[in-house]
Amino acid sequence: MGGWAIAVHGGAGVDPNLPPHRQEEAKKLLTRCLNLGISKLRSNLSAIDVVELVVRELETDPLFNSGRGSALAANGTVEMEASIMDGNGRRCGAVSGLNTVKNPVSLARLVMDKSPHSYLAFSGAEDFARQQGVELVENEYFITEENVGMLKLAKEANTIVFDYRIPAVGSETCSAVAESPLQMNGLPISVYAPETVGCVVVDNQGRCAAATSTGGLMNKMNGRIGDSPLIGAGTYACNLCGVSCTGEGEAIIRGTLAREVAAVMEYKGLGLQEAVDFVIKERLDEGFAGLIAVSNKGDVACGFNTTGMFRGCATEDGFMEVNIWE
Amino acid sequence: MGWAIAVQGGAGDIPVTLAAERREPCEAAMRHCLKIGVDALKAQKSPLDVVELVVRELENNPHFNAGRGSVLTREGTVEMEASIMDGNTKRCGAVSGLTTVVNPISLARLVMEKTPHIYLAFDGAERFAREQGVETVDSSHFITQANIERLKQVQEANRVQIDYTKPIQKDEKKETPTADGDSQIGTVGCVAVDSHGNLASATSTGGFVNKMVGRIGDTPIIGAGTYANNLCAVSATGKGEAVMRATVARDVAALMEFKGLSLKEAAAYVIEESVPRGNAGLVAVSAKGEVTMALNTTGMYRACATEDGYSEIGIWPSVQN
Repeated sequence: MGGWAIAVHGGAGVDPNLPPHRQEEAKKLLTRCLNLGISKLRSNLSAIDVVELVVRELETDPLFNSGRGSALAANGTVEMEASIMDGNGRRCGAVSGLNTVKNPVSLARLVMDKSPHSYLAFSGAEDFARQQGVELVENEYFITEENVGMLKLAKEANTIVFDYRIPAVGSETCSAVAESPLQMNGLPISVYAPETVGCVVVDNQGRCAAATSTGGLMNKMNGRIGDSPLIGAGTYACNLCGVSCTGEGEAIIRGTLAREVAAVMEYKGLGLQEAVDFVIKERLDEGFAGLIAVSNKGDVACGFNTTGMFRGCATEDGFMEVNIWE
Repeated sequence: MGWAIAVQGGAGDIPVTLAAERREPCEAAMRHCLKIGVDALKAQKSPLDVVELVVRELENNPHFNAGRGSVLTREGTVEMEASIMDGNTKRCGAVSGLTTVVNPISLARLVMEKTPHIYLAFDGAERFAREQGVETVDSSHFITQANIERLKQVQEANRVQIDYTKPIQKDEKKETPTADGDSQIGTVGCVAVDSHGNLASATSTGGFVNKMVGRIGDTPIIGAGTYANNLCAVSATGKGEAVMRATVARDVAALMEFKGLSLKEAAAYVIEESVPRGNAGLVAVSAKGEVTMALNTTGMYRACATEDGYSEIGIWPSVQN
């Protein structure tokens, strides 16, 4: 073993009825991001730089729930959050409540590198962004028509709803939904926007890093913070590994999921895949989530107990895989 | 087995020369909070209720950095945060960026019990507070003269630092009597276990003096400042950034679970190995009714008691035999 490794994700908890063309779109984006990361790793860019770069790419593309294309909060605006952690020294940075910062993960990095703190939120974070001269845009930039529609559906989700993206089977849409009562975070899976994007990397010097970014839960209360910006929950990296999680925020926070993977490796001596399997199996109770992880030995692993997880991974010895389902 | 409780009023650079009139109100508060916590446990109140009521008491006390008496941001405002966790269910609640809520810990509990979320912050949290009808007051209620002074001193020290070409060491002790270097006094917190092994933890703070507006520390981060599961309950204090990256509260529990360390050993390990000296302290109880209080700072206001009659109130590291 040894050598670099990288994994990316676009969220866990996928509608099993997701149309094939959308599945293809997702896989294409994951592949593109993976290749971007790989080319940088081959040029010896450090893990912390690679995770930031790759997550920026995922934020910029409107397909997944982060940056542009973020899920909408209850009042129809976007409130984005992100965190990044450098396993080499366990420095970290996080941001929440952003609505004009084009790349939240980069602001999180600046919090880590350029501020005396580790976590800035809401107007304080936006002020810092202005001071740092990062790229700012109008809130509308992040809002996609599709998500405006999804927000409406989410608000109606207490009653039976249909997903207008999926071709209706005659007029039996109501029963179609009743037949697939898959829910995540209280929303039917057809309306749930898989939360977050993330990237974990170990570079060819064995340094691990992780980054996670999201718009959060569709129709969330304004001011709601999920697991993505919380160090130890959605993101964690130390000298042994780098981890990024996605799924039901509550379950990930209660389970301190990202830290858990590292803790069982550190304190129980488990290998990466064992640790990931253990955490997914034993630490989620009734919650649904997924995660990607790399180890300082060049291993990569992923695990999820949801229906699907948008993910891709690659290692220096040529292994590469992009997948959605089990 | 039996009940146990521990309370902390912040870890930091508390000089042994601290004037009596500064020390006594804090010691008295620790004693009082211990008593009301113990009385509540004896009256069979749940640990979750106990930790909330003790932390409310400390939030209301202007001598501690939480609720009234919170340290100020660089703009002279107050931004309070808190979190609470129930060991049995691992349900939790957290809030940040509060400016008018009299008892942040109670709002954190409401987030846990009345919303589908865990963590609400800033405007959204304030709005939720109003919806819930919790007690809110004008922000000036929380601001004390002592903290206005503290902010002034820190801002002046920073200005002075810029004037000199020689960098001032971060841990340089200040000599003046009023500048007692306690800008690190982090939080208040309480952990409790009842005789059935139910555990709970709660932590609350105004944050770091002269902090940037919008800065969030370890206190509302589950796993960093607060954690409880079926093994133990932990409340940590100190330099937020250090406690966060070391996931202090979670690590104590993880060491017990994965390495079989005792509560005391786990707490000592985390405090000694995972955070730099001068950065953190914690209080913790175990399902078995044990209690431990650990610090690597000069001092930490603290108190604890167990059902078998042990009790302790302290500020500086106890002389162990």
